[in-house]
Amino acid sequence: MGKSLYKKVFERHSAGVLPSGQHQLFIGMHLLHEVTSPQAFAMLREQGLKVAYPERTFATVDHIIPTTVDARKRPLADPVAEEMLSHIERNAKEFGFRFFSPENGEQGVIHVVAPEEGLTQPGMTLACGDSHTATHGAFGCLAFGIGTSQVADVLATGTLAMSELKVRKIVFEGKVPKGVTAKDLALTYIHRLGVNGGVGYAYEFAGPAVDAMTMEERMTLCNLAIEGGARCGYVNPDETTYAFLKDKPYAPKGADWDEAVEYWSSMASDPDAEYDDVVTIDCSKLSPVVTWGITPAQSVGVDETLPEVESFAEADRMVVGEAYEYMSFKPGQKIEGTPVEVVFIGSCTNGRLGDLRAAAEIVKGKRVAPGVRALAVPGSQKVQKAAEAEGLDKVFADAGFEWRQAGCSMCLAMNPDKLSGRQICASTSNRNFKGRQGSPTGRTLLVSPIMAAAAALAGKIVDVRTML
Amino acid sequence: MAGQKIEEVLGRGVPLRGDDIDTDRIIPARFLKCVTFEGLGEHAFEDDIADMKSRGEVHPFRDERYRGGSVLVSNKNFGCGSSREHAPQSLKRWGVRCIIAESFSEIFQGNCVALGIPCFVADHATAEKILDFVEKNPEKPLFVSVVDRLVKLGDYQPVLRLQIKDGSRGQFLDGSWNAQSQLLDGAERAAKLASELPYMRWKLR
Repeated sequence: MGKSLYKKVFERHSAGVLPSGQHQLFIGMHLLHEVTSPQAFAMLREQGLKVAYPERTFATVDHIIPTTVDARKRPLADPVAEEMLSHIERNAKEFGFRFFSPENGEQGVIHVVAPEEGLTQPGMTLACGDSHTATHGAFGCLAFGIGTSQVADVLATGTLAMSELKVRKIVFEGKVPKGVTAKDLALTYIHRLGVNGGVGYAYEFAGPAVDAMTMEERMTLCNLAIEGGARCGYVNPDETTYAFLKDKPYAPKGADWDEAVEYWSSMASDPDAEYDDVVTIDCSKLSPVVTWGITPAQSVGVDETLPEVESFAEADRMVVGEAYEYMSFKPGQKIEGTPVEVVFIGSCTNGRLGDLRAAAEIVKGKRVAPGVRALAVPGSQKVQKAAEAEGLDKVFADAGFEWRQAGCSMCLAMNPDKLSGRQICASTSNRNFKGRQGSPTGRTLLVSPIMAAAAALAGKIVDVRTML
Repeated sequence: MAGQKIEEVLGRGVPLRGDDIDTDRIIPARFLKCVTFEGLGEHAFEDDIADMKSRGEVHPFRDERYRGGSVLVSNKNFGCGSSREHAPQSLKRWGVRCIIAESFSEIFQGNCVALGIPCFVADHATAEKILDFVEKNPEKPLFVSVVDRLVKLGDYQPVLRLQIKDGSRGQFLDGSWNAQSQLLDGAERAAKLASELPYMRWKLR
């Protein structure tokens, strides 16, 4: 029997078994942002430790940074945000690692920045103090979201204590219908397998639909692995992966490149690899997906009605009831036609150039519905620059969108972009948890970028396929 | 440098019914704006507490009957969502020493281990039994044993079996739950392994 990429990369990076029984796993790439790292550096200072691999440590600022030009002037208006930004700048200088700064035009959401810089590569291990680190698995690496104590572990030792996971292969078969995107496929596997279906597993995404995806789409697919409970998710590297990486700033060059492609290919899952579980999803009958509840698994196709409480297993009904109460929705109602007050296009899930292009295609020459606040937020300054070069900023602005600067923005409530009161937001982000977008009673409907764009124009959830 | 061994937790219970209680609810994102973990305890479940208050209800974290409790009991998929260590840090600072739930998110559970908070898994019937007991007997202590993987409810109650991951159980029992000292001990062999990885030889930029 052959081996999966997970097994190969894990074995290749295990430096041995610790007395606790866990493996000491070498981490080849360590990414940092301003929220989960300051306490880790405090731990290092307390113990007089250095960063073990500063040349493989990279940081940026994304969660707390405001997304309007004026609000980004230093010092930031929010003193705590300014303190957090100053901390990571100082830590970068003092511990000797690279900080992608707003001043240099290299800043952005860390999960957008690292791939565009060519730092995320196949066959490596990668960690970041952020659950959406799963995104990087799109390149065929093992990418782990970790907590702050583990950030300190990686800083101090370049390693993590980890147990080996099981591997579930999720095969996407059939032709993906028009208007159905990687986001919809991601929400579909979470819906099918549940928000904790992936506990104990790494998810390998495969099948013709995944083979045909761009790297950006694969990143969206892997980004949400954590929302399905999986510790990480990945796609095997192929020609699409290599073409994306070629000539990126930090990608290997010259003779290194040839050796890299050989190594990367060797780490892909063997055709006869053994899996702990295999699940197949037929894409041909899927519709664009909209979440209606308070977990990313609570979703329906846009042409469906909300499920009856009795259709769930008895053990699940408590959270279903809680969701209906929080959202003020009723079983049996259509999701289509649900009025939205805010539309957010952006985040580490859907803030890349391809996402903005697709959304711009929908809004081009049209107007955002009266009373709707719509934000288009590029995932990084490089994405912003590329989008502006194509005139996407103008397309969005002409339609009545606010075109913003790069950051996490309204995905979570750590910068000025927030919902207020009980507003309903059609959002391309990753979490519809209670209060996630900044108002303790705010409501989030997770959708794809084109569905979000369509909702902005209509002022309500509509089936984007009627606009294609 | 081994840490403190954690073989058992003795304390009163805090019942937190519900599935999928996520990290945004445990500690809302606005409290992540900080450069230390100090003071997070008072903000644990702040939005849930306010929400319940507005409906004339009392959240267990503000319920006088459970004040000083240290064994948190919940249902499925506890701690799902963000990797923010702020979540277990806020629970620990509030007074939580151990958590029993039907299942946990993995990142959250890993963070708990690093902070010396054992996470036990109970099947649905067991979790409900513990929740019922704590709600009826908030003054009675629970004895949770890492050694024997069980919980005793009050004095004359049956012993209930719990599960805990073997890896983390070993770490609590030998005091190595903060992995860093073991990782530092193994840093040299890790450096040797790293030098043999092809990508460590390639020029970065």
